[in-house]
Amino acid sequence: MEQLINVILLAMLAIVAIATAKLKDLFATIILFGIYSLLTAAIFVSLDAVDVAFTEAAVGAGISTILILSTIALTARTEKPSTHSVFLPLLVVIVTGVTLVYGTLDMPGFADPDAPVQQHVAPRYLNDSINEVGMPNVVTSVLASYRSYDTMGEVVVIFTAGISVMLLLSSVKHREDELGNLKDLKHHPILLYVSQIMIPLILLFALYVQFHGDFGPGGGFQAGVIFAAAFILYGMINGIDNTRKIFQNHILRWLAVTGVILYIGVGVVTLFLGGEFLNYNVLTEDNLAGQHYGIFLVELGVGIAVAATMLSLFLTFSEVRRSQ
Amino acid sequence: MISSHLPVLQVVVPLLAAPLCVLLKRPAVLWAFSLIVSILSAVMAYLLLQQTADGNIISYAMGGWAAPWGIEYRVDTLNAYVLLIVASISSLVLLGGRKSIEKEIETARLSHFYTAYLLCFAGLLGITITGDAFNVFVFLEISSIASYALISLGRDRRALTAAYQYLIMGTIGATFILIGIGMMYMVTGTLNMHDLAQRLPEVSNSRTLMTSFAFLFVGVSLKLALFPLHLWLPNAYTYAPSIVSAFLAGTATKVAVYVLMRFIFTVYGIEYAFTALPLSAILMLLAIAAIMLASMSAVYEDNIKRLFAYSSVAQLGYMVLGISFLSVAGLTSSLLHLFNHALMKAALFMALACVMYQQGNVLMGNIKGLGKRMPWTFGAIVIGGLSLVGVPLTVGFISKWYLILAAIEAGHMLLVAIVLVGSLIALVYVWKLVEQGYFQEGDEKITKQEAPMSLLLGTWFLVLANIYFGIDTSLTVGVAESTAQQLLGVSP
Repeated sequence: MEQLINVILLAMLAIVAIATAKLKDLFATIILFGIYSLLTAAIFVSLDAVDVAFTEAAVGAGISTILILSTIALTARTEKPSTHSVFLPLLVVIVTGVTLVYGTLDMPGFADPDAPVQQHVAPRYLNDSINEVGMPNVVTSVLASYRSYDTMGEVVVIFTAGISVMLLLSSVKHREDELGNLKDLKHHPILLYVSQIMIPLILLFALYVQFHGDFGPGGGFQAGVIFAAAFILYGMINGIDNTRKIFQNHILRWLAVTGVILYIGVGVVTLFLGGEFLNYNVLTEDNLAGQHYGIFLVELGVGIAVAATMLSLFLTFSEVRRSQ
Repeated sequence: MISSHLPVLQVVVPLLAAPLCVLLKRPAVLWAFSLIVSILSAVMAYLLLQQTADGNIISYAMGGWAAPWGIEYRVDTLNAYVLLIVASISSLVLLGGRKSIEKEIETARLSHFYTAYLLCFAGLLGITITGDAFNVFVFLEISSIASYALISLGRDRRALTAAYQYLIMGTIGATFILIGIGMMYMVTGTLNMHDLAQRLPEVSNSRTLMTSFAFLFVGVSLKLALFPLHLWLPNAYTYAPSIVSAFLAGTATKVAVYVLMRFIFTVYGIEYAFTALPLSAILMLLAIAAIMLASMSAVYEDNIKRLFAYSSVAQLGYMVLGISFLSVAGLTSSLLHLFNHALMKAALFMALACVMYQQGNVLMGNIKGLGKRMPWTFGAIVIGGLSLVGVPLTVGFISKWYLILAAIEAGHMLLVAIVLVGSLIALVYVWKLVEQGYFQEGDEKITKQEAPMSLLLGTWFLVLANIYFGIDTSLTVGVAESTAQQLLGVSP
């Protein structure tokens, strides 16, 4: 049964990928991209990688679809016919694909208990993390404690992306003329009422994902994206201006900076308490309680930084549209 | 406390400073803040180099989790040496760069500019210092994304296309690196470099490992701008803001060369790396192609920034050539050139920043008579150019000397000839500049003055470093030699 599901999902993935490459209509392409991400998320679920599936669904199918849609609103809806020869790119793609297949021919079988990945570092994560870190969700233990420094890097990656977009778009002039105002969708009663019911629930769910990450799938990245999604939905229906009343540029900037500094700051505090960077054990007398505090704080930093960055990406893009 | 946490502070100080820059407003404060952070990093790198000089290896366990379960910072002479290059180039470029930055970047964007600059800087340091293969990728992302944004800020609109081109190529490179790391993890179950080095020999027959090496090699070559994957580099350096060109030319590709060395020599090990693929021959051929073809492109170039960008591709060829010899002498020459080329190109691009500051472009046709209008700036270009050619008393000579010694030692007389021909071509394009600057009459009506004092000061600091390290080679040659011995596992 599982095999059948996998075959169907992968076949659909291939079909969607080919259709994406073939289509000239960019709007359709973006929607297909969203479907591609959703299918990938489903495959991750069937691989038992629920945390990854969660992120893929929230970021890949959710936020990035909206951001790319805002981009084509600024440019054009159809692809320009390409004048380049397809020969070289095709050759590169084929060579890459063949190499990948060649490389995976003798890889360990899926879920093979004797595979090196199951034998070396993983046993300690699986067996001892509950005693060393104290989190029921092993993924969270690895992500926020054993390899917390990587996660800090990932938060900085997102922050860097946000700063980069702002640097790029801050040069675009914002003209306020009669074409200026982005039409809100308040005159669609169904959208308006459904969103009014949904938004508080989405926010509540974001908080659940944020604080339940220790026990089940979830954590700061997913929660931040879901949190931002609620306000993006609000912005699309009630108008950007209304969203801006709360989330002005400088507030979002402060929030993003606060999130990043909260994460790095936890590391700096552990340094001053005499531990290694991000060694949460030193935060309190009790090691496990220290791990708990540390993970809580860094996940909070991730959530704040991600939500603020996503929201400001969306708002910055929308405001450029408003001026053209 | 500070000295035992030096490895992590090396990266965390600029990483923490970057978001703080967003909150600062005044241009002078932003500049001073970034400069202080950069100088602090350089001091830390110097201390690390001292601590590792006698072959010591400093290991630092992030989060208190021992490797391979946690992430390890592992500093040996090679790490510390590259850290010092990156941090000192950044300090010198910032020291002189303020006027140029404020002229080329709008005031409203300055705080984001310095943020992106420090992020890029911290990213490069993070790649260099870490002992964890996946951590390399994370910091590579930080430095890459920040550098795309920095390049796009050039005043010429073509900066946007150049940044986009680099973004696509760089992303492909990073993805290849990630695939390579993923496959290594698949066959060993570890991400720690030291641990990988110990576990890889057991699986040396696996196709997966061979594929991982191929992907990693191509990915790093893209970031390194190894011929023929260099196509993103000339435009990126040409259209980026002057100071960004100077910073990236002196640091980014050097870090990529470091990553290549680290993976070839430490992780995969010489035995595997040079037998799984005919790596020595591949590197040698690509290096020769880079030296000859990129140097020729430089000769016909009209935009001086692009001229020096092509020359960078050629110079990277010299570094790769040194690696391909697989000998202590060859590796020493590569490591020397890593340092020396960073000094040359940073000096040259800083001098071009002066030209840009005064006349708004750096086209060959517009530097007629520049030797009279801006004698100090043009003097810097000439000395930097001579260093590029490899004239004695400059660092360029030292690099070429050791490279030729290595080629002779390996018995490749043809390669000696190629290095000499490469230098002659460099002489041709440097002479073209000299001819325009000194022997062509400029437009009499334009009587432009010399660039501001601060810019000249930064430029000349770098120019003097070109001469100083061309005469007193005890620091550079000593470190390069002992590092080469360490990498090849030869006891001194």
